[in-house]
Amino acid sequence: MTVMEQRGAYRPSPPPAWQPRTDPAPLLPDPEPCRVLGTPAAAQADPELLHRLYVKLVHGRRYNTQATALTKQGRLAVYPSSTGQEACEVAAALVLADRDWLFPSYRDTLAVVTRGVDPVEALTLLRGDWHTGWDPCAHRVAPLSTPLSTQLPHAVGLAHAARLKGDDVVALAMVGDGGTSEGDFHEALNFAAVWQAPVVFLVQNNGFAISVPLSKQTAAPSLAHKAVGYGIPGRLVDGNDAAAVHEVLRDAVRRARAGGGPTLVEAVTYRIDAHTNADDATRYRTDDEVEAWRGHDPLQLLERELTERGLIDEAGIAAVREDAETMAARLRERMNQDPVLDPLDLFEHVYAEPTPQLREQQRMLQAELQAEAEEEGAAR
Amino acid sequence: MTTVALKPATFAQALTRALRDALADDPSVHILGEDVGTLGGVFRITDGLAAEFGDHRCFDTPLAEAGILGTAVGMAMYGLRPVVEMQFDAFAYPAFEQLASHVAKMRNRTRGTMPLPLTIRIPYGGGIGGVEHHSDSSEAYYMATPGLHVVTPATVADAYGLLRAAIASDDPVVFLEPKRLYWSKDSWNPDDPTPVEPAGRAVVRRTGRSATLITYGPSLPVCLEAAEAAREEGWDLEVVDLRSLVPFDDETVCASVRRTGRAVVVHESGSFGGPGGEIAARVTERCFHYLEAPVLRVAGFDIPYPPPMLERHHLPGVDRILDAVARLQWEAES
Repeated sequence: MTVMEQRGAYRPSPPPAWQPRTDPAPLLPDPEPCRVLGTPAAAQADPELLHRLYVKLVHGRRYNTQATALTKQGRLAVYPSSTGQEACEVAAALVLADRDWLFPSYRDTLAVVTRGVDPVEALTLLRGDWHTGWDPCAHRVAPLSTPLSTQLPHAVGLAHAARLKGDDVVALAMVGDGGTSEGDFHEALNFAAVWQAPVVFLVQNNGFAISVPLSKQTAAPSLAHKAVGYGIPGRLVDGNDAAAVHEVLRDAVRRARAGGGPTLVEAVTYRIDAHTNADDATRYRTDDEVEAWRGHDPLQLLERELTERGLIDEAGIAAVREDAETMAARLRERMNQDPVLDPLDLFEHVYAEPTPQLREQQRMLQAELQAEAEEEGAAR
Repeated sequence: MTTVALKPATFAQALTRALRDALADDPSVHILGEDVGTLGGVFRITDGLAAEFGDHRCFDTPLAEAGILGTAVGMAMYGLRPVVEMQFDAFAYPAFEQLASHVAKMRNRTRGTMPLPLTIRIPYGGGIGGVEHHSDSSEAYYMATPGLHVVTPATVADAYGLLRAAIASDDPVVFLEPKRLYWSKDSWNPDDPTPVEPAGRAVVRRTGRSATLITYGPSLPVCLEAAEAAREEGWDLEVVDLRSLVPFDDETVCASVRRTGRAVVVHESGSFGGPGGEIAARVTERCFHYLEAPVLRVAGFDIPYPPPMLERHHLPGVDRILDAVARLQWEAES
């Protein structure tokens, strides 16, 4: 029916009332990243927590350097180091309760270890003897996700499922600045917001997606600002300030647990090492830039705070470092042992029950292995 | 002998009943997708389920297929049994990364500690006059992705039985629903549904001695019609309904081909890189000395799915199937 056919005279009426569905103001991040260390807020910080963070940071840094060394010795296929980002890695793991879930990306081995996964099992993917070394359900830690941002909808679905079951569980999902350009980042934040799922998204903005700087990744005022479009709060934090990252994440976890819905946290940090051991960072950034960030080192920042407040002394620092050396030596020793491999395992976990076709292929491989062993036996 | 009241039911009704029974039997079953709640799905397969079980058990999601499947992965990780609806075959492509990188790999990645018991329902295939993106046969993509079961029913009873089996499976199942069969009817007793068949078994729908038509999903009724028409030509055709593309039932298929000595694979999917190539190869590898003629394929053309006014030329029909049967080197026999 056209307007012309309408019976009687057309009476204009005002359009149905419109108003914003959410007030955007409280969702906006602060203009400056949240900082605690070196500010008056540091006085409020729990000394025990600061000490705990420090111990984990020292261990974390040592873990990163040890794992990188293991790549050079051929004991790891690859290692994406989180050197310079330890504050984010450590805080993300420490803010969670046992029943909560962590969803790491491939650069987050340190968060996985801090959560309590065995340091060797945490490196399984990167050693290459399997794709994941731990039981995700036992630790409430999802496998390292290599395809960027694809783990974020998993975190949302898991958190939603927990709520459907009436469980008091929060999921914390980790992603990098490059990952925020992926479609799954958008879909995960949107689903989380619509469902008010108890999820915390932690974006570690370390400046680069391999070689591509943030300026080529986004034109957003900040990555935290992206939250506003979904109707969830965005929080900006100094990613090298362990106390600040811990505080912001802890608040976001509390909010999610209390039914307040998801939060997007952008931690501004810097990837001190190259993308991986296989990358050459000198092709896309200057030494001056790296040096500038070394001056804002997460470990040094916290150590200074603890020293100035008399919460640790030289002997205390030495003890923590020695402890980290012991951890590294033990890791070295264990990683220098060849993993035990059973090629026939390749067929065991594709389905609950191997298909007849897989059984057939398994038998073929078994025969090949047997022939190989017999040849070796004959050669001896 | 007790008589059971067999009432005509549609394929769609059997699917709805399967979902309803699964929701009633197992509190971990949850249905999610676009329009599956209040509307009951664009094909009405989830009709009435949100009203009966609540919108926490059967719920609408934002319009984003990767998000739907990705969140379903997370739900399965927490021990739920999600059943996802993708609205149309070609609308499932945005979810492909979640499917290939996570759904198919999670069990393997975690050495069996993190299985994903989830069902992905996808209406597929043509013949309904759909415009572009509404008629794809996407099964070859899923078949080529290890870690997925790929199942497709062709009868009303199987619509129920195979969907119940898919939801009960501890592995992810891509459940392909031939959309042009949604309104097909058959006598079926919903109060005493077919017992769930063991997963992965094909079934002989029509016995015959001359040649075997190997088919599945939307092409089964076409093959049965072709087999009837073939009687006039003096051919007695056997028809095998695969039901499961992964795992593949070599045993049933090869037993049939060994009996008949001739085989034609029939499907809507294109022939190049399509399921028929794999099936023909498997049959040839296993039944070479029983074969009187090469295994032939009657498939969709290797073209993007045609516009609705031209689709009848694309879809394998009775005549094209009979032409293929005629080329099975009968003269060599005399």
